[in-house]
Amino acid sequence: MRKKPELFPNSEKVLELRGVHKRYGEATVLDGIDLRVDEGQVVTLIGASGSGKSTLLRCVNLLETVDDGEILLEGTDIADPRLKPGPAQQRMAIVFQSFNLFPHMTALQNVTLAPRVVHGLSAKEATERAHELLHRVGLDAFAGAYPDRLSGGQQQRVAIARALAVQPRLLLLDEITSALDPELVGEVLAIVRELARGSSTILMATHEMGFARQVSDHVVFLDGGRVCEDGPPERVLHDPTEDRTRQFLARVIAAGRLS
Amino acid sequence: MTSALARERLAYRRSRARRSTAVAVVSTVVFAVAVGYGITHTPGWPRVQETFFSPAVAWQSLPSVLEGLWLNIRVLVVAEIGILVLGLAIASLRTLRGPVFFPLRALATGYVDLFRGVPLLIALYLIGFGVPALRLQGVPTDVAVLGTATLILIYSAYVAEVFRAGIESVHPSQRAAARSLGLSHRQSMRLVILPQAVRRVLPPLLNDFVALQKDVGLISVLGAVDAIRAAQIEAARTFNFTPYVVAGLLFVLLAIPTGRIADAAAARATRRQEGA
Repeated sequence: MRKKPELFPNSEKVLELRGVHKRYGEATVLDGIDLRVDEGQVVTLIGASGSGKSTLLRCVNLLETVDDGEILLEGTDIADPRLKPGPAQQRMAIVFQSFNLFPHMTALQNVTLAPRVVHGLSAKEATERAHELLHRVGLDAFAGAYPDRLSGGQQQRVAIARALAVQPRLLLLDEITSALDPELVGEVLAIVRELARGSSTILMATHEMGFARQVSDHVVFLDGGRVCEDGPPERVLHDPTEDRTRQFLARVIAAGRLS
Repeated sequence: MTSALARERLAYRRSRARRSTAVAVVSTVVFAVAVGYGITHTPGWPRVQETFFSPAVAWQSLPSVLEGLWLNIRVLVVAEIGILVLGLAIASLRTLRGPVFFPLRALATGYVDLFRGVPLLIALYLIGFGVPALRLQGVPTDVAVLGTATLILIYSAYVAEVFRAGIESVHPSQRAAARSLGLSHRQSMRLVILPQAVRRVLPPLLNDFVALQKDVGLISVLGAVDAIRAAQIEAARTFNFTPYVVAGLLFVLLAIPTGRIADAAAARATRRQEGA
């Protein structure tokens, strides 16, 4: 009998994508993506709408199945259909563009849910951890509030707390400020900046180029489902070698998003 | 404080409101009088009044009709509980994914097709008279029990579809959020999807409950002495149809509070959807 391989043996190489393809019918959304996120790194995906950023994050989180290629999470290929998605999903967390808080639960209940029912924490432990996290995102006073009583920025901060509550090895952020009013973007980015300075490993998609430059260790420019250019943020954002990258950045600057 | 302009506008709005109320009252009275006059001046009215609206017969039949209604209410409560449980179970079966569950899914779909299609009366006859005829040991032969079972079987098919509509109305992003946190399919359903789904379908569920309130009267065809059967017996004894009117009025009285609760629940659901 074949011995079952150890799951997630390599904790330093948190995520590695090899030749990932994703098609929706005729449309190829991801066309052979190679990508690497090491422990403690912040890797940022940039690119136009439809370039495959969100799809890539959803594939990594196993909310979508990939058509080809490997997604190695800490050394285990989680795209293997023989593996159950649960154990992999428990090691990461995603924050969505549209918050997706559970509307029938208070902020506190949103944050304690997964620690209690998935990770087996007692109600007391989970509540303590949740209060700590809500404090960290500056929402102590709103623990008992339902999502529809919170502003977009506050909801997104609860969503970040909810993601952090499962102590993810990899945090995925999917354009988390795109649905926010401009004056609310800052409060959310401040929290991510804090996380990036800490030891969190983050893979994120964003349209906020100034922010990407500040927090990223590595920037990946996606175009038509391929990695068009990648490297340190200073180089990719200020001295790109590819024409496509230059065109994209010029459009972003014209739209006033690069500070 | 308020300006003269605001006070003037307020006074105008109030006078318009008073006028609307007055018009509504007058038109209602005129309508009621016209309908009343129309009915009471038909050629057959004296006979109708005597056979359908005899106060003496009404008073005389009231105790036995009320006693029958008590059976209706008991059947209603038991049936509603059974319907909610079975309906939710069937709806949940229909949402299961994976090939292993194909038989369960198919069974649930077949169940809904069958029991939503078969007329209630026919189901009542088949179960009410067919099951006792099997002479099985331990299976109840009481017509009230068999009637309740039939109501549960039929209404569960409707209620299952209401629940399923509710489940499907919860945005897929909620499921994605639950799964991304590592919750299993069952945990996602129980803790995230169903609580939202049930809240949304409360108004249509209450509507089905009102329909059930009337349909419990159909168990009388099996011979259970409910309000309708009691009225039938009284009518046969007195050669007067007034007991049916009494039973009908009692059913209406029973439905009014549920209707109001349904309205309130619907209004509340709308308020919540608008984000309050």
